[in-house]
Amino acid sequence: MTSTTVDAPKSALSRIIATGTHQRVLAFASLIVLLIGFSIASPNFMQMSNMIAILQATSVNGVLAVAVTLVIITGGIDLSVGTMMTFCAVITGVVLTYAGMPLLLGVVAAIATGALAGSLSGTFVAKMKIPPFIATLGMMLILKGLSLVISGTRPIYFNDTPGFSEISRGSLIGNLIPALPIPNGVLILFMVAALTAYILNRTVLGRYCFALGSNEESVRLSGVNTDRWKIAIYALAGAIVGIAGLLIASRLNSAQPALGLGYELEAIAAVVIGGTSLSGGRGSILGSLIGALIMAVLTNGLRVLSVAQEWQTVVTGAIIILAVYADMMRRKKPN
Amino acid sequence: MSYLVEMKGIEKRFPGVHALKSVQFSLKPGEVHALMGENGAGKSTLMKIMSGIYARDGGEMFVDGKPVTPDSPRAAQDLGIGIIHQELSLMNDLTAAQNVLIGREPRRSLGRLDETALNKKTAEIFASLQLAMDPRTQVSTQTIARQQLIEIAKALSYNPRVLIMDEPTAALNDAEIAELFKVIERLKADGVGIVYISHRMDEIKRIADRVTILRDGAYIDTLDAADTPLSTIIQLMVGREVTQNAPVFPDTSQSPVALEVRNLSRGKDVRDVSFDVRKGEILGFAGLMGAGRTEVARIIFGADPRDAGEILVDGQPVNIRTPHAAVEAGIGYLSEDRKHFGLAVDMTVRANIAMANMDKFTNRAGVLDEAAMKRIAVKYIERLGIRTPSDMQDVRLLSGGNQQKVVIAKWLLRDCDVLIFDEPTRGIDVGAKSEIYALLEDLAAQGRAIIVISSELPEVMRLSHRIAVMCEGRLTGILPGGADTTQEDIMELATQRESALVGAEETQ
Repeated sequence: MTSTTVDAPKSALSRIIATGTHQRVLAFASLIVLLIGFSIASPNFMQMSNMIAILQATSVNGVLAVAVTLVIITGGIDLSVGTMMTFCAVITGVVLTYAGMPLLLGVVAAIATGALAGSLSGTFVAKMKIPPFIATLGMMLILKGLSLVISGTRPIYFNDTPGFSEISRGSLIGNLIPALPIPNGVLILFMVAALTAYILNRTVLGRYCFALGSNEESVRLSGVNTDRWKIAIYALAGAIVGIAGLLIASRLNSAQPALGLGYELEAIAAVVIGGTSLSGGRGSILGSLIGALIMAVLTNGLRVLSVAQEWQTVVTGAIIILAVYADMMRRKKPN
Repeated sequence: MSYLVEMKGIEKRFPGVHALKSVQFSLKPGEVHALMGENGAGKSTLMKIMSGIYARDGGEMFVDGKPVTPDSPRAAQDLGIGIIHQELSLMNDLTAAQNVLIGREPRRSLGRLDETALNKKTAEIFASLQLAMDPRTQVSTQTIARQQLIEIAKALSYNPRVLIMDEPTAALNDAEIAELFKVIERLKADGVGIVYISHRMDEIKRIADRVTILRDGAYIDTLDAADTPLSTIIQLMVGREVTQNAPVFPDTSQSPVALEVRNLSRGKDVRDVSFDVRKGEILGFAGLMGAGRTEVARIIFGADPRDAGEILVDGQPVNIRTPHAAVEAGIGYLSEDRKHFGLAVDMTVRANIAMANMDKFTNRAGVLDEAAMKRIAVKYIERLGIRTPSDMQDVRLLSGGNQQKVVIAKWLLRDCDVLIFDEPTRGIDVGAKSEIYALLEDLAAQGRAIIVISSELPEVMRLSHRIAVMCEGRLTGILPGGADTTQEDIMELATQRESALVGAEETQ
């Protein structure tokens, strides 16, 4: 499963069919069905502007889903990604707006803050042996509190840094091809996803994600420094969360310290819909990306159909249960 | 005298246990040195010290005559000491090659993996083992035996000079064991020293050069394997003589039938299986791994659905779809995997015995009656001779044999008339085995119908009044128990493959 994407076309195809990628295929098929269904139901749905709105709405949740996928594949969970995202945004606000540093430093600050917070979670989990659920629950609250403390509970605006909102809202592609005004936020999502997928499938770090989730004790007895790698994985996830922090701050042109709670559950939902196993050892970035898209398409489609927002939440919940049930049925069959 | 490894005066204490008391051990190049002892004798602890998983509390260890203290698995690997663990410890979601070279993946710059080199290197190791397997095979798709071979390949990839094998044959059938022994012979010829831990006595004679015996954490003796009769080894292991009386089977042919199974089928695993068990009878199930014996048991117990077939208890057809229904019908199943399915190992002996019978120990408000539970637990601890300091001891602290007795107590309490034992003595030492046998015979004598599934032929032959043999999901025959049936008779039925039969018919 780890090497389906980059192989020669023929063997890649046969292996996609042969190995456990059914859930991803299923998720992708559901996405297509949803797209077709909504475009039949409403002519407004398939407009270019609406498609771009969906992609834009996916960008933050998608990047968070990518981050949390890494941790979930190791058999862990990260509940802190939502408030960590906000924390990174607030730190960026401090660097850019309060300290008046150049834009690039703000970007570096967001990613570095995420990596640092992630490695702290990783240390709690790996060194202090605190279960990931508890460790990241603690981090979730710590970071939420710190965001409020540092910002004095007030939003930090980026009006003095004109380039900042371009990170998410500008469109490099649109400048080149005016007919395709895809915002940079979406471009960043796909770049982050591609890079992370590469790391997951092609590097030692990625290999140990799967290995840890599959049988941690065995990895340890093989002489691998599992603690160090686990911290590295949480740190990488944190760095990606930092990018999500930049995206949301740029989109809102402000760091909103009260925001963030609930984002972690949306991200985990996307990961689960995408077929990554919560018990670890199995999963893919592509799946999580599709999962995030499904959630955005659902929300958007139901809104276009004028379904009340309350119902959208109900539908999302049902989809999660259905997705996991379908996955379990598939796994049961061959035996 | 040139030893590869020498250990002297090794001490190890765990909270409340003196696990190793001044133990010595030595290994020469190119020898197979069997390490024998009952469960809890300290074999695995000693080997974990040798392979750097545990630190010793006292004593000395030498490799090539130089004092060493391996403080991690990696340090031991660097000294050339490799270990194959008792319980399979592979990463199921990874491929064979990814498992074999875990921690030593061929890398390119920036931590990128060189998958091609990884697979090539593993293919070379497989070739040296004469193992025909694609390195890209996902481990979870392989049989236990093939996984064991991957595990061995992994250990060999470190080019060890010392290889510790902890019960490598526990899950293998005879053909696979023969294959493993060939590998061991080749390693011996290359000068690798092998420490071999096994409970199967017959293997010691086949493979070992020397035998070291431990008992209760103490060193007993080191003997030449060829010159020492097995009975002597067993005697030294248990510290007393184990009587092996020739079994006398009661005549149960006139007893009423307790359980009858007709035309049971489930996919390819179980095909048209019919048999019956009478009250007071022990019916053995023999066959190779994957012959479908456990699958038959699980269907009867309602743990897996069936495609077709009937189950009759005391002559009455019963509709068993769930384990709950099976228990209601008086059928109990003791899984081969005690730790996963049979016991809550972190709970006490008392809680485990009461587990399946909570309704007997609760009042109308759902409050537990601890005093009643204690009475019953103490009663069964006495009756089955469970060796535990008290009924409040955690089950995980008991030896394998005593854990098995706790499972048996649990089911006896349910008053099941039909009891299915799946590998009842797996991982249990010689002394405790004969106690379990006596217990099974006792249960049969009380009029219960007993089914025993076992991969060890001597065990099936020792216990069974009749022996049912399976091959590839079919019941290929039922043989009488006792001296009239030989191992060869059973093996013939156990290898009666359908494909082979078809071929034979065509040529006629």
